[in-house]
Amino acid sequence: MLRFILRRLLQMVLAFFGTTLIVYALMFAGQGDPIQALAGERPVTAAQRAYLTEKYHLDATGVGGFFYRYFDYLKNLLQGDLGQSLTGRQIGDILAAAWPVTVKLALIAMAVTIVIGVTAGVIAGIRRGSIFDNATLVLTLLVLGIPTIVLAPLAQYLLGVKWQLFPPTAGANPDLYALLLPGIVLGSLSLATALRLTRTSVAENLRADYVRTARSKGLVKRRIVGVHVLRNSLIPVITFLGVEMGNLMSGAIITEGVFNIPGIGFNLFRGIRTEDGPLVVGIVSVLVVVYLVSNLVVDVLYAVLDPRIRYE
Amino acid sequence: MSDFETVAATENQAARRGPSGEPGAPNQVGVPRKPRSLAGDAWRDLRRKPIFWISLFLVVLVAAMAVVPALFTANDPRDCVLSRQHAGPSGGAIFGYDFQGCDTYSRAVYGARASLLVGALSALFTGLIAVVVGMLAGYFGRWVDAVLSRVIDIVLGIPLLLAAIVLLKRVSASSDNVRLFAVIFVLAALGWTTAARVIRSSVITAKEQDYVAAARMLGAGNGRIMWRHILPNALAPAIVVLTIALGSFISAEATLSFLGIGLKSPTISWGIDIDAGRVHMRESATPLVVPSTFLALTVLAFIMLGDAIRDAFDPKLR
Amino acid sequence: MSHSAVKPTPASPTPEGGHLLEVRDLHVEFRTGEGVARVINGVSYHLDAGETLAVLGESGSGKSVTAQAIMGILDTPPANVRSGQILYRGRDLLGQSEEQRRQVRGKEIAMIFQDALSALNPVFPVGWQIGETLRHREGMSRGDARARTVELMDLVRIPAAASRLGDYPHQFSGGMRQRVMIAMALALNPKVLIADEPTTALDVTVQAQIMDLLADLRRDLDMAMILITHDLGVVAGVADRIAVMYAGRIVEHADVHSLYRAPAHPYTKGLLESIPRLDVRGQALSTIRGLPPNLMRIPSGCPFHPRCPYVQQVCVDVVPHDLVLGDGRTSACHFAQEVCDDSAR
Repeated sequence: MLRFILRRLLQMVLAFFGTTLIVYALMFAGQGDPIQALAGERPVTAAQRAYLTEKYHLDATGVGGFFYRYFDYLKNLLQGDLGQSLTGRQIGDILAAAWPVTVKLALIAMAVTIVIGVTAGVIAGIRRGSIFDNATLVLTLLVLGIPTIVLAPLAQYLLGVKWQLFPPTAGANPDLYALLLPGIVLGSLSLATALRLTRTSVAENLRADYVRTARSKGLVKRRIVGVHVLRNSLIPVITFLGVEMGNLMSGAIITEGVFNIPGIGFNLFRGIRTEDGPLVVGIVSVLVVVYLVSNLVVDVLYAVLDPRIRYE
Repeated sequence: MSDFETVAATENQAARRGPSGEPGAPNQVGVPRKPRSLAGDAWRDLRRKPIFWISLFLVVLVAAMAVVPALFTANDPRDCVLSRQHAGPSGGAIFGYDFQGCDTYSRAVYGARASLLVGALSALFTGLIAVVVGMLAGYFGRWVDAVLSRVIDIVLGIPLLLAAIVLLKRVSASSDNVRLFAVIFVLAALGWTTAARVIRSSVITAKEQDYVAAARMLGAGNGRIMWRHILPNALAPAIVVLTIALGSFISAEATLSFLGIGLKSPTISWGIDIDAGRVHMRESATPLVVPSTFLALTVLAFIMLGDAIRDAFDPKLR
Repeated sequence: MSHSAVKPTPASPTPEGGHLLEVRDLHVEFRTGEGVARVINGVSYHLDAGETLAVLGESGSGKSVTAQAIMGILDTPPANVRSGQILYRGRDLLGQSEEQRRQVRGKEIAMIFQDALSALNPVFPVGWQIGETLRHREGMSRGDARARTVELMDLVRIPAAASRLGDYPHQFSGGMRQRVMIAMALALNPKVLIADEPTTALDVTVQAQIMDLLADLRRDLDMAMILITHDLGVVAGVADRIAVMYAGRIVEHADVHSLYRAPAHPYTKGLLESIPRLDVRGQALSTIRGLPPNLMRIPSGCPFHPRCPYVQQVCVDVVPHDLVLGDGRTSACHFAQEVCDDSAR
């Protein structure tokens, strides 16, 4: 178990260097004027230029210079120093303020996914071929097929503006109620995927040989399904939910942008819109780390849940 | 009797649509030649499904819009007059006008072109990468497979939206065509993994078949075996995956354009129009609803089409 | 027709309540998308306390389905028990409620399966799986269940049982896994043990160990056993009587010695002749020609007739009854006596 975690940890460190190197190289390498590239089409003031040159060691040149600057960027990233955005605010401060909101939103989405998605998936898996099963299959296909950029604005318009069931936008300090609709929108995709995954997994496990054994032991049906089948079929589901938690935290760009929720995704959304290069690089770097760590956690979780992996 | 004629007709049509001989071109549309009865069963199953016909109809309709938009609307989508801002339906503008005073319906029709172009080309390139990687990994196995499978794992681990943001940021100031191809490049570069895995596993299965061993004994080289004997079998499941992928590529293009890092005005894209419509939804919702509906139906059509074909071919979990 | 030179009498029905377990005229079919497969077509056999009955047949002959019908663990649908009786201690299990049948499972009749790796739940330790039966059927405490689990694992000769309670099925060898299955089946002291191809998935040396273990346990615990197998070699040392199944019917039923000495059904004869014998030199091994029947289109008359060397017109037209040949032997063949005489020669 420990060896497994260590091995995965090593892989993660390698992936971390690889990904950050790619991010960094793409952002800075081979640009005629890296500062202008950062700022996009915005004019750059002399003060900003001086700050960025110093910050990213843009005066060092060549391949050596590139790696020098890359490790400098890494060092800063690991120390939590993400530098300043073009608006002059510390990116670290922006993120610190945004995290709680994003986590809250992701938790709502996750709750929706688990309560509705997994439960309905279990029922659909047990009653495969029933009306309920077929209805959920069609509904989830619809949800999976409708892009978030359609779902979020339409939900905002219909439920927020037209019927006024929910606040259409969240504002600076959103309460739980204001986050509910965006949370559901954000979670809908995970919900549909989780539902289908659970259904397939439960249906497959119900046909497994060990179910026949459990029946021949004379166990009650509730126990066979609730303990034997569920324990097995939830392994892939929980793994998926783990990956999805990482996605939800980094993938809320559209939802947070549309509903004006001041989380990480919203700041990234705004950074892209305002061509704020340093802000985008900073946030993307942090999100990549979040993503890698959540993948690691998921792998460890998988090993904990499935004894066959644990002892390999 | 008539069943087989219909199948054959569909195959011929499909073959004519794609560039001939191009691997990865959609010239088989999920009807593999080898297991005749399986294909026959699948077709019989498909024919009964309304979802299959509805999605096929939508796909053809959108394709027609992309090729000849003038068939569907007489209005120029770029003919925008601010005085018509949010004006109601008039003339050919059946859904009225948007914030800029452009014909909402006409813009939605013309938006199909960018979406389909990006979707189809991304799927094509995805297919090419997937065929090469999947074929090499599946056919040669051993260390080739080990290396390529790790590469697939790594690419699969890259969050698409974040990577796209970083990559596309570099071309934000470039011309429309460069941006278009940058979007296609990004989607293909990150989206080929699923198809490659599917091809890899069908290649591994096909490799073990007797007719492949027979071909080898008759002295066929690796290249010939891969091209003539294995590829045709591996293609059918891959095309199903690519059909679904095409839908998600269209969705991804719209999302990137919505964010402002994909296509940009004056290119007409549903993503751009949805974003514009969203900002002014309180004044008028139609400029939001119309492109949203077009986008959602298109994406759904491709996903449902792929799903229906896959269900027909894989009756395991029915 | 001249086949009635000898006059075998039709089998008389077994007297009521005489047997521990009795299957009477069982019919089971499977409804699938392609049609109805008639898997069991009038199977009858019985088991007395303390004896071992071997049920022999190819895959698809319906031997496992009969066992699953006895256990009440057939998946319905697609399976459908159309008619028949399964009497346990004189009571018809098929007429009982699911709850009553559940009480019988494990406690009265227990079953072990062919592939222990898939039959055991992969995510629970074996100790937990054996103990689960004790805790949930007997209401034992965790501690008591644990102690009894160790006893059971000792009983099936798993070395260092106490230290292996926490291990998972995949950590055991094939033979040890099958022992775990057996321990699990014995947990509630069943009166009948159904072993469904218990050694098929194992190495030959391990097969012998498991068969010896089963024979010893049956004797020591005074159980009755139904041993389902396709392997005539496995049966010889263990079984008292043999029922041979073909196409969902019992085609021959005899005590072991009579059957080995002189099979009275062409199918059994074919099976025996296809086993290599150590005591006969240079013999040509024969095989049964043709393929097992498609259960959706069972041949008319005697279902074995397309493959039978004794086939006559009557075999195509008339379904043979069980004919009694003496010593309680029966054979469902129009020419049972001829076949028997042939074999004895």
